[in-house]
Amino acid sequence: MKNKKTHGGLGQLTIPIIALALLVLFNVVRDLIFIYYFKDPNYVSFFSIEFTRNNLDNTVLAGNLISIINGASELAILAMGMTLVTAACGGQDISVGAAAAIAGSVFVKVLKSSSSINGGTVAIAFVSACIVAMLFGSFNGTLVAVFKIQPMIATLILYTCGRSIAYWINGGATPTVNSPIITAIGSFIPGIPIPTPVLIVIAVSLLFKLIFKFTSLELFTQSVGINGSAARLNGINSTFIKLLSFIILGVCVAFSGTIGVSRLGLINHETLLLDIEMDTILAVAIGGNSLGGGKFKIGGSIIGAYVIQMLTITLYAMKVSSTDVKAYKAIVIVLLVVLGSPVVKAKFEKVLSYLGLNRQSISTKGAQ
Amino acid sequence: MENCLLKMRHIEKRFPGVLALNNVDFTLRKGEIHALMGENGAGKSTLIKILTGVYQMDAGEITVEDTAVSIRSPQDAQNKGISTVYQEITLCPNLTVAENMFIGREGGNWVRHTEDEKRADEILKLLGIPARSTQQLGSCSLAVQQMVAIARAVDQNCKVLILDEPTSSLDDKEVKMLFDLMRDLKSKGVGIIFVTHFLEQVYEVSDRITVLRNGELVGEYLVEDLPQVELVSKMIGKELDELSTLKESDEEDISKKEVLYEAKSLSSSEAEPFDFTIHKGEVNGFTGLLGSGRSESVRAIFGADKVTGGNVTIKGKNAKITRPIDAMKHGIGYLSEDRKRDGIIAELSVRENIMLALQVMNGFFKPISRSESEAFADEYIKVLNIKTASRETPVGSLSGGNQQKVILARWLLTHPDYLILDEPTRGIDVGTKLEIQKLVLKLAEEGVSVTFISSEVEEMLRTCSRLIVMRDRHIVGELTGKDLNQAQVMKTIAGGEA
Repeated sequence: MKNKKTHGGLGQLTIPIIALALLVLFNVVRDLIFIYYFKDPNYVSFFSIEFTRNNLDNTVLAGNLISIINGASELAILAMGMTLVTAACGGQDISVGAAAAIAGSVFVKVLKSSSSINGGTVAIAFVSACIVAMLFGSFNGTLVAVFKIQPMIATLILYTCGRSIAYWINGGATPTVNSPIITAIGSFIPGIPIPTPVLIVIAVSLLFKLIFKFTSLELFTQSVGINGSAARLNGINSTFIKLLSFIILGVCVAFSGTIGVSRLGLINHETLLLDIEMDTILAVAIGGNSLGGGKFKIGGSIIGAYVIQMLTITLYAMKVSSTDVKAYKAIVIVLLVVLGSPVVKAKFEKVLSYLGLNRQSISTKGAQ
Repeated sequence: MENCLLKMRHIEKRFPGVLALNNVDFTLRKGEIHALMGENGAGKSTLIKILTGVYQMDAGEITVEDTAVSIRSPQDAQNKGISTVYQEITLCPNLTVAENMFIGREGGNWVRHTEDEKRADEILKLLGIPARSTQQLGSCSLAVQQMVAIARAVDQNCKVLILDEPTSSLDDKEVKMLFDLMRDLKSKGVGIIFVTHFLEQVYEVSDRITVLRNGELVGEYLVEDLPQVELVSKMIGKELDELSTLKESDEEDISKKEVLYEAKSLSSSEAEPFDFTIHKGEVNGFTGLLGSGRSESVRAIFGADKVTGGNVTIKGKNAKITRPIDAMKHGIGYLSEDRKRDGIIAELSVRENIMLALQVMNGFFKPISRSESEAFADEYIKVLNIKTASRETPVGSLSGGNQQKVILARWLLTHPDYLILDEPTRGIDVGTKLEIQKLVLKLAEEGVSVTFISSEVEEMLRTCSRLIVMRDRHIVGELTGKDLNQAQVMKTIAGGEA
């Protein structure tokens, strides 16, 4: 009875890492087939990265891998915030896409109403977007933490009306913002070959790391998520923790919305980060986090986001049409989710223990 | 052994790094109540889980009525006539009694209402269980729910009935009802394995006792051959004169010391107004039957329920305690009655569970560093002798007694002036119980005030210098000095002196 297992000996990050490895393996095999079997001289390896000059005459990195980490930026940032909400509240926020449209609209609105676009006004615009997103986050958070409404129901409200609100902010128009600064945020800073959204993801994950280092957010969130009653009796204000998770997700929403707007140089409230909420939840799940709340690993969710994006890019590289991509994606996701299910995990562990491997030695340590 | 029902021979079970059962034998005869005793970690649960097919043994053999069997799953165990009723009721409270008795059994998934209800009523009547088949299970008392679970088991051609801590949430009267049912089943030839921590109950109802210690068989005894003191010493493996002489009879008057905490007509959403005082270094206790309001009162002191009124002074200064964090800031710690629900954060590590309360008191922006928290955890694992694979082991995988020690460590780490321990010894083994009682007295010597609640009056008599007796949510008496004896406590609880 001392050894009653409460969670698997397999580390939480095992599944996302395996998923990523499988995708890499798949592409390696495909590369080898094309290069050595078909001897296709025009074939470009999936993993090739090269320096090119973009239309602004900057030297930048290009290639599938770059598209993956670049394209997954908004998703990765949202997944970080979603992980916290999931852990604290045991539910998900389905309004992040709509909220990002609002944040993006605010960002553009502030830029449009300022006389010129420079570093200062962009900063003001971003802070405004942040504040608005945090306000909407606290609206969701209040419904969940104070009124104890199921997160999915509570956030359904903003999911439904968010894009209408975004529409009102700019008076129904889809204004464009033209500025080298915005282009720099959305693509490349001159002289730096790495896409700026990737740098923002790194910055945001460092921000999370700092928050975890200098506050008790991680411990308190996990305590509230695992056993709310015990957390309360130990003096933790669980209402505050839940609310805080939504506010932090609000900041993530503002980052994602700003990146999304900057990529295109305009705000389209109807299409900006459309359907991203489901991918975000999926990223959290692929990351090995329980959607019922409790223990979490932000790193897992980030890997989850890249897995999703890599899957998409792989399918595109295979010349799958964009309408078909979703269907193929679904097939792979079914496999991933089944692979990560407790039943398969338990079987897998059994096999490992037959092979004589100690459970402790194979459990991966979470690297955040 | 012609009437031998169940034989387990040379059972061995190994978990990574631990030999949980080593060459254990167990024999159950027809029409016998057989108590399985041992400390936490002795291997009782493992043995039961092997018998019920939850675990597979690594070596050994099991025979049921002289036929060798292998038990592959809980369902398999049930088909072979081995049924278990667990401590926590595993039925559905929102279904009727009859539905609960017949749901999910072989022979179809449908509940044939009228037929089943008739049959359920027959069984209930036969076993003398005071419930109707059409009643919602949730509307029955816990004891009756437990008895319905037993009735369900018995009706499934049960030969071996395992009762795992069946009495831990029942009051005396309910326990008596359960025992009557057990005796009735015994006379019908059912073999009952009885697992409990209540020693008195073992002697009241059992015929034989098997004692395990550290995964090994200590022996099998007839109840009349094994006095209680000997049983305890066999369970913990040492002679225990300490049990009786735990408290030194320090006759110094505790009431002359300074008052630490004083409440005047304190009330909460759950507790009626009451007055309460505790001195520095005093150990007192609340006693009374289940539901008498003893837990509710201490919860009000800690601010665990909504505080609705009253004046509190701590060290002579006015204090306002409406939430647990207020109490903690005033140096009060509270170990809750329900360890699983209100105590442990099961999936977090031993280390995180130990540091939790201190971290909360330090505040959100002052996290305890990893190395510091590791040092705290190591220290208390050593001091309290917590048995855990490592400090990073999830606390949920520890045995009950060790979980309780982790929560104790959590509060000790905050260096409280006043510690409230609500049922700290419930569901844990004798050895740990004793350790906790000793710890309470040691804390008091160091000047910490302790309020101690236990449903075992004897335990409180050993530790407390003052007992506050509650009945029907009101304080009905306070016992000190020579009044501190079992008879007087019982009399006060029952309201004899009025």
